[in-house]
Parts: sequence; C-alpha cells; structure tokens
Amino acid sequence: MSILGTRVMRVEDPKFLTTGGVYVDDLRDPRLDGAGHVTYVRSVMAHARVTVDGSAAAALDGVLAVVTRADLADLAPPPVPLGFIPPALGRPWLADGVVRYVGEPIAAIVTESRYAGEDVAELVSVDYEPLTAVVDPRVSATDETLLFPDHGSNTALAFEAGSLDGLFDGCDVVVTQQITNQRVAPVPLEVRGTACVWEGDGDDARLTLWASTQSPHGARDQIATALSLDPDRVHFIAPDVGGGFGAKFGVSVEDLLLAVLSRRLGRPMRWTETRTENMLGMGHGRAQLQTVTIGGSRDGRITAYSLDVLQDSGAYPHFGAVLPFMTQLMATGTYDIERIAVRTKSVVTNTAPVVAYRGAGRPEATAAIERAVDMFAAEIGLDPVEVRRRNLFAKEAFPLTTQVGAAYDSGDYAGALDKVVAAAKYDELRAEQQRRRDSGDTKLLGIGVSSYVEITAGPEAGTEFARINVKPDGSVVVYTGTSPHGQGHATSFAMLAADELGVPIERITVVHGDTDLVARGGGTGGSRSLQLGGAAVHQGALETVDRARELAGDLFEAAAGDVVLDKARGGFHVAGSPDDVRGWAEVAASADAEHGLIVDTDFTAQGATFPFGAHVAVVEVDAETGKVTLLSMTTVDDAGPVINPVVVEGQRHGGIAQGVAQALFEEVRYDEDGNPQSTNLADYAFPSAAELPDFTLVDMATPSPLNPLGVKGIGEAGTIGATPAVQNAVVDAVAHLGVRHVEMPTTAERVWRAIQDAREGAK
Amino acid sequence: MNLTVTVNGTAHTVDVEDRTLLVHLLRDHLDLTATNIGCDTTSCGACTVLLDGESVKSCTVLAASVDGQSVTTLEGLAEGERWHRVQEGFRSKHGLQCGFCTPGMVMAAVSLLDENPSPTADQVRQGLEGNLCRCTGYHNIVAAVLDAAAAKPVTS
Repeated sequence: MSILGTRVMRVEDPKFLTTGGVYVDDLRDPRLDGAGHVTYVRSVMAHARVTVDGSAAAALDGVLAVVTRADLADLAPPPVPLGFIPPALGRPWLADGVVRYVGEPIAAIVTESRYAGEDVAELVSVDYEPLTAVVDPRVSATDETLLFPDHGSNTALAFEAGSLDGLFDGCDVVVTQQITNQRVAPVPLEVRGTACVWEGDGDDARLTLWASTQSPHGARDQIATALSLDPDRVHFIAPDVGGGFGAKFGVSVEDLLLAVLSRRLGRPMRWTETRTENMLGMGHGRAQLQTVTIGGSRDGRITAYSLDVLQDSGAYPHFGAVLPFMTQLMATGTYDIERIAVRTKSVVTNTAPVVAYRGAGRPEATAAIERAVDMFAAEIGLDPVEVRRRNLFAKEAFPLTTQVGAAYDSGDYAGALDKVVAAAKYDELRAEQQRRRDSGDTKLLGIGVSSYVEITAGPEAGTEFARINVKPDGSVVVYTGTSPHGQGHATSFAMLAADELGVPIERITVVHGDTDLVARGGGTGGSRSLQLGGAAVHQGALETVDRARELAGDLFEAAAGDVVLDKARGGFHVAGSPDDVRGWAEVAASADAEHGLIVDTDFTAQGATFPFGAHVAVVEVDAETGKVTLLSMTTVDDAGPVINPVVVEGQRHGGIAQGVAQALFEEVRYDEDGNPQSTNLADYAFPSAAELPDFTLVDMATPSPLNPLGVKGIGEAGTIGATPAVQNAVVDAVAHLGVRHVEMPTTAERVWRAIQDAREGAK
Repeated sequence: MNLTVTVNGTAHTVDVEDRTLLVHLLRDHLDLTATNIGCDTTSCGACTVLLDGESVKSCTVLAASVDGQSVTTLEGLAEGERWHRVQEGFRSKHGLQCGFCTPGMVMAAVSLLDENPSPTADQVRQGLEGNLCRCTGYHNIVAAVLDAAAAKPVTS
C-alpha cells in the first residue's frame, strides 16, 4: 500500500519538542566565537534630511565601530529586490542624507556585547530636518511631494488589463464600493537574525552566512551581487527558521550589511533584531486601496466587473510594488464574467516597505471580488450562495484562460461551494439568523461565504532541483532546493521518495537550506514547494530506480529491462526469479562503494497551478456594542491530492487563522506624520487562541494535469478564502439594519458606527 | 553579581550584570537555547519557563530575582527518554509547525494542566492566551493540550 495520503507524524517534531529548534540566535558554532554584535540606529521620523554624528558613541569602551553611509561610500548601492523595480527607487545601504520611513537604518553600531549595543545606540547623534511626510497613497499619487526627485514621480509601477469602454453598458444593476485592504504585519514568531564569518584571505576569502530566510540560494546570489563576489565565495545557510509567511523571501539590507561589517572589522558578526524593529522594518503586507464596480442583471447574472487598485508600496519598492500584477491576474476569481477591466498603480509613501505576505496579491483580488459579489447579491435581493452558483466557471470548462489571461488548470468551483454549504448547514444557519432577527435578539448571527481560486508556483512555470543519494548502507538522503520553515518537507518529501524507492521513511533524511550541500534551489514561497520540489523528488526517485535497475542488471548479468524493483522487500530481482533479491545497499554500493548512487534532477512544471475552494464563516455580532465573535469556520480547500493530511491540515489551519485575523483584528497604522502606531505585539492585534474557534475542514481533491503528482499549493489557500468569508459574515449580520459594507478590520467600533450610520441614514 | 539558580535539576552559580534578564541568563550564560525571545513587551510567551513550578515569561524576570530558585525549561521537561504527556500530545496532534513558539507553549500548557487537570477546550484557549503562535491557528495546539489532559499523568 502506498504511504502517500496517510497520516504520517512529522519527523521534524522530536527535536522541536525536546531541545528546541536551532534558529540563528541559537547558533553556537565555534567560528562565531568573539562575534561583534550589530545594532542598527533607526530613523524616528518618516521623512527628513538627516545628519549623523557617531563620534561620541564610537569613543566608548566596548564599541568596535559606528558605521554610517559616509563610511560605505565606496560601495555601489544594493541591487533592487526585483528586476521590475526602477533603480532610482532603490534603497541605500544606510540612510543617504534622507530618511524615508520610521525605522530606516541610519547607522550600524558594532559592540562587544548585545546589551552594550542598545546603550550606545542612544548616544549616536542624529539631526533631523523634517520634510513633508507622504503617508496616504492617494496623496502620493498626486506627485505634489516627490519622495525620489530623481525618479520624477511617486509611481513605481502600473499594470492594466481589459478595456473600460462601455464596460457596464446594458447592466440592469451596477454597484460600486471603495474598499481598504489594510496594511498588516506578517509577524513570524522568530524575528530576523543573521550571523556571518569570513574565512581565508584576499581572493580566497569565503563568507559563511546564516540567516532566517525562506530562500537560501536566492539570498546567496543577492549577497554575491551586492558584494561583487562570485556566488561560490558565499556559503549561505538557513538554519531552523521560525516562520516567514513571505516576508523572509530573500534577505534584507540589514543582513547584507553584516557581511560588509564582518569583512571590514575582521570579526564574525551577529545581529538579531527586536520585535519592535521587526514591526518597523521587516516590511508589511497587503496595503491596497481598491475601488470595485460590479454590474449585471436582476436575475443574478454578473456581466461586468472593474477593479482599480492603488498599492501602497511603502518607502522603497519591494515585492509589494509588484503584487498588484498578481491581484490583476486573479481579479475575476471563480466567476465567468464577460467583461472585466483592471487598473493598478503602485506608489511610494513614507512608510515601511510592503513585501510579500501569505497570499501576496491574491488575497487582495479575492477580497475585492467576494465583497463585490455580496454587494451585488444584496442589491438584487438574492442569496449570496445562489448568485455565486449562477456565475461560477463550469466544471466542464477547464482548462480555461480567463478574461485577464490566467490559465486555470483544473477546478470544480460549484462542487466546492456545494460541499462547504452542506457541511456548514447553511440553510439551518439562515433559519437561526432569521429567528434571532424576528425575536429582537441583540446577538445577531452573520453568515459569510467566499468562493476563491488562487495561483501557486507562478506566474511562470517553475522549476526545482532534487538529488537522491542512496548510500552504500541502503539509507537515502534527499536534497531539495526548497527551504521549509514549518511546512514539514522532511516528512512529506521522505514519503515521496519512500513511495517510489521502497525504502522506509525512517531510513530517509531530507537535507535543505544549505547552498554548499544543495546545488541549486528556489526556496519556499508562493506555495511552490510540493508541486515543484516534491515533484522533483518524485522524478528523482523514479530516475534513481531506473539507474538502479541498470546497476542491478549488471549484478545479475541481465538486461535492465528484465530487472524489477520489489518495493515491499526494498530490493531488485530479475522478473520471474523473485528469490534472488539484491537490496538497495548492494546496488548502491555497486555504483560507488564510498558515496553510493547519486541522481540529480530538475523538475520543470508545465505551468502554475490554481488551487480553489469555498469558505463559510459564522459570526455573532452584538448589536449594542458592535463586538464581533467568530463562531465557526468551515472550509473546502482543494489543492489536489494530499500527500500527508497532517501537514496539509496544519497549513490550512494556520492559513485560515491569518485570514480571519485580517478580517477581524489586525492593522498596521500610521498617523498623518508617518509615525507608526502599532510597533509591538501589545499594540498590534495578533490573535491568541482565545479569539479563535476550532476550524472544520472539508476534504476535496481535484488533480492538476500540470505535474505528475497532480498537486497544487496549499500554503496560502486558507488565508485567501477566510478573509472575505469573515468580512462578508460581519456585514451579513447587520445587513438588515441597512449596513452595506464594513471596512477591515471589523472592530467593534467600526461595526457599531456602521450600525449607527445606517440608522441615521434611515431616518 | 553572583547568583545561584537550579536549572533543570542542576545548580549553577553565575556572574551576571545586574540587569540581566532570566531569558538571557538561560540562553547566553547557560546555552539553553530552547527558550526563545519573540517580542519586547511580554506579549508572545515564547520565553515561558517554569519558576519553582509556575509558568513565567522569562523575558520579564530579572535573573537577580531568581537567586536560590529553581527553573525548568523545555530541555528539562522529559524524564530521560520518557517525554512529558504535553510533549507527547503536541507530537501526536501536530501542535507545532516552525517550532519557535513551541518551547514556551509547551511550558505554558504544562503549567495550565497543573492548575486545571481537566480543562475544557475553551479553558485551554483562555489559559494559553498569553502565548502566541503564527503557524497553527491554535487548532492543533488546543487538541494537543486536551490530548495531554486525557492522558494519565506519569507518576514517578
């Protein structure tokens, strides 16, 4: 029987549950003995000219260096994080005369001890000459105050699809709404941290750098480019990583600078940021202002949709500036809408850079269309589930290309919706809602639905590396270019290898996150890992079996074509002669007595995949206070066949919680001068267990034709479906009072005000 | 200053700065790195340890104040090869992903079950509200603690 699809407990967990993981700050590598501790002095103003004087600090005992931009004048600026981004909008190593957000690094202090770094940071003198802070992206878009005068505009990027001409002609009903998809913080529990050491001299010098990253190979290349080094001169290691959620893809300027400081001072260096620094400086997610317009007929057919996006990129464009492209690509969602137009613009502001955050551009698309469909349903007085059913792409239509150019591989959107509605007992919920309304109960019930589709391992067809090494003792080491940080690849990928090799997973080790041990890799992000990295392991295992049959053929003096693998016995025999079995150990040793059998492979997908699903959220809203309580989440998240249900359920749970958190609780706020108002976990509404219910997961598995496992990505799906389901539920709870929309997060104050405004409007 | 503290059953006498926090004593002076630091505001609970048997957030305890006391960290929870039932519960219910909140979450759960051996799911949720997790959505953490509660405590 295949191990695939069975509930295998994670092989990673014993370490985490006994000695704890080894994250960057836990490293006790002797090469890091005597490391200098780096502390960054960060801007306290959003937009200002700055003059820095570190001389008083530099003179103190225990201070190894105080470094400012002037000390780094010989370095070319760090490369922009993505090729799309105009170089004029790139960030400097350290603030170069002007700061552009609160938290921007101005100086780096190197001290003998970590405590001393915090003491000394306060002694670096920074003079600020305030400039006009541009915080609101709508103000930025006017270009009245330019953040980068050399660029000549505050617009970093713009994308568009479809024509606005006559878009809503012929519609009986047209509904429009401005929606804020608010800025949120990724908040991995482990903050950023880096350690590094140089070994050797001159051209032979080699950097070893450990960082909390999702993509060690990409990060290695980033560092090599920034320091004008051959990539072979950099050994990059991602040790255990305490969560990333997109925000740790690549490395940041603070990581890069460590390598520079280490080289110049001739000492190993360490840096671990504080949570406050993380909230100020790692970057945030979402941050779109949207205008949706939806039109159709009174019988519930949607025929036209437009989405206008103003993306707040923050001070220095990063992934966030590019993500509206993904929002555009997924704009139509699960709906077959005849005419669609999208306009997006990404602008800079004096706030922290916007980066990738779980879903990264797709949750924003789903949130927009799912609110729009609900508002359309409310306008024509039809049940939101029924309106969805009348507009979903039909199961028979796949594969298909949407009006905005996305090539959906496979799907059954109506099937997902029907399943989730049945599992949530939707009709009973509607009856209970009506009963409460009729009885004058102040605890109102809200039922929210979302139907979603997203893109994973895209937008281009991806590739990933795997090596299968069968050792001469018959054990197996799998090397992968993905870089898990909680996703359980050591378990799932061992299962994939075990399934083809007939070697028990106890004898399979998975290696990742080390650029010296793994030849190449794309890391973990965008829900790419299983469908690319897992498929590469699968492909590599098949190739290993083929190679082993040749080797066994030599041992048997038989043709490889006559040799079969008996997976149950973990060995090879000649077809028809099952008694003479040569085990993996013998066959691998025959390839190379020392190293065994090694097979390298690169898997390239035929295209991005499109997981989909449907969520039902149920909330209770106190009509007197506006307080929202989430009662239940029932979800279908179809990412194709499941390799390990334990891992996939975990991904769904975590994703759902983050989606719920955006709808109900979380928001990164700045005041009008660009001062951050949510700089730690006391101010930022990160939910605890007490704010969330159990989640009800409904299974569904529609294979993708684009990879041999038929799998799609599950890492972000829960987040994408949950946010609009919960927001729709909150609005639904108070819709009968005349409320049409409530912005996220749907705090008690917002809901209470919406109820009051609706009552005022009704007078 | 010099202080003596028993950590996971072993007495240590250490010389630390007066302002040293308990979590830094554990991590930087004793190299017990399971206990993690996740915030600056005593909000996340990643640093939770047991101090004389009760859970505390070690980022907000001065090392000087634990002179003469006894600390248990995740590293000291199992008895040899025999895991604590909370560790077993987290393993069997997949109550962790990236593992960063796990040491603190496990120690908080141990303390919770000491105070309330048979909690309801809601009591587990309320009892762990000082410990944050970004990966699991808490679903499997709650299941893990209930599983541990249902298991018979190991008596030695």
